[in-house]
Amino acid sequence: MSDASAGKAVVFRGGGFAPKSRRWVGFAVFVALILFAEWGTRSGWISALTLPKPSDVLATFRELYESGLLFKHLGPSLSRLAVGAAIGASIGVSVGVLIGLFSYVRSGLVPVVAAIFPIPKIALLPLFVIWFGIGEGSKYALIAFGTFTPTVVATYGAVDNVDRTLIRMGQSFGLSWWSIVRKIVLPGAMPGILSGLRISLAIAIILLVAAEMLGAEYGIGAYILEAGSLYDLERLFAGVVILSLLGVIVSALIGLIERRVLGWRT
Amino acid sequence: MDIRLSSISHSYDDFEVMRDVSLDIPSGQIVCIVGPSGCGKSTLLRFIGGLERPKSGQIVQLGDPPENCLNPLTYIFQDFALLPWRSVSGNVSLVLEDHGIKGAAARRIIDDVLARTKLSDFAHALPKQLSGGMKQRVAIARALAVNPAVMLMDEPLSALDSQTRELLMDDLVDLWTRQPFTAVYVTHNLAEAVRLGHRVVVLSRRPGQIREIVDIDKPLNAREFGDADLDAQQKHLWQLMRDEARAADAELINV
Repeated sequence: MSDASAGKAVVFRGGGFAPKSRRWVGFAVFVALILFAEWGTRSGWISALTLPKPSDVLATFRELYESGLLFKHLGPSLSRLAVGAAIGASIGVSVGVLIGLFSYVRSGLVPVVAAIFPIPKIALLPLFVIWFGIGEGSKYALIAFGTFTPTVVATYGAVDNVDRTLIRMGQSFGLSWWSIVRKIVLPGAMPGILSGLRISLAIAIILLVAAEMLGAEYGIGAYILEAGSLYDLERLFAGVVILSLLGVIVSALIGLIERRVLGWRT
Repeated sequence: MDIRLSSISHSYDDFEVMRDVSLDIPSGQIVCIVGPSGCGKSTLLRFIGGLERPKSGQIVQLGDPPENCLNPLTYIFQDFALLPWRSVSGNVSLVLEDHGIKGAAARRIIDDVLARTKLSDFAHALPKQLSGGMKQRVAIARALAVNPAVMLMDEPLSALDSQTRELLMDDLVDLWTRQPFTAVYVTHNLAEAVRLGHRVVVLSRRPGQIREIVDIDKPLNAREFGDADLDAQQKHLWQLMRDEARAADAELINV
């Protein structure tokens, strides 16, 4: 059997099932979709009522930028998003950690969280207006409430998944309860908390628009709603694009944090 | 500081796992506990360090731990239990921080224990970059940092390949020879037991009871890989254990 040519080559069958990220492919898909829409609207088989021309949306966007209205809308929206999501996520992480650590808190709060998770938070907007007023308070509350529940669920799941042997190790070296939570439980739960935040923050952006439905003069949501009620599709789409970009930026930011904070993962 | 176990018994619900174990652990000696799987040797170790409570019986410390001892009963775990997000020196400093040892004082202790475990060059590496043997040396360094009165070693070499195991056994013998420490060493590997133990305690299968206590008088640093008299001891231990091990292996697991 010394003659290699006499045998049959072993067929390779081990590949696949290992997706990798290819940096520019996602970008190319976006470009292709937009070009397709542009082509369709220009050649006329997509009517102007179905979809606005991407180039018109871009023009609207430029107009928005040049008139300075963009930042007038973006500023309040971003601050609502930041304040609301920060309140919701921080309370959510704290409650999630408590649920993860204490039997009574767990037994008491898990059903409560399960009960409020499926409530469409938008439905509660009138209630928030009564509780927190028509101003910024009700908007913060709505966004905070919406980010709270998914953050809680992700956090206590993540705390449950912290390696128990590490906690035993901490106890065996006489570490204090607070040290164990701070130095072992929280860092160990961080991967799960961050992936939960991805979802929570996307929900926060969705709720931003809902929050601005009531009594907001400026804000991306207000802008979109105004355009929608006038059937001004170019402006509607310009607003939607801003929200999408916001989502992409938030997701990229979390990716950045993950790479910095979770470099220890294999 | 000695440790005395008096008539330890334990059961989960009505499932008896340990019966009347009494044992003295004299200071400055390594006591190995061997036994078939499921005989409760790791459970016994958790009792000694206070991570679990036996149903009946008492564990007493006789005498006081040495003065600069931060954590008298200190474990070394089979799976190393290193924090993956901390560097080698960070993992050691973890157990010092709670005692208020920071800055230069911590630096001095960390440098010392890393030098003793030959890890000085890896102080800033993360656990994921280390081999299994190095990880366990980090865990040993961490244990040395708190200057324990008794080291409780739970199958510390079982997760390692056999060559690494030999190397680490040599390291442990070196450490002990330079500065004798007290240890309870749980293992299922008889070669490790006869190599490192001044005294080998053989447990029976479930419910765990002491079958025999074998003293090995040959000094640790005179023992070598493949020593004839150690082999004889090992063979004797295996005779004791074989039937127990076979019976334990045939049992259904219903824990």
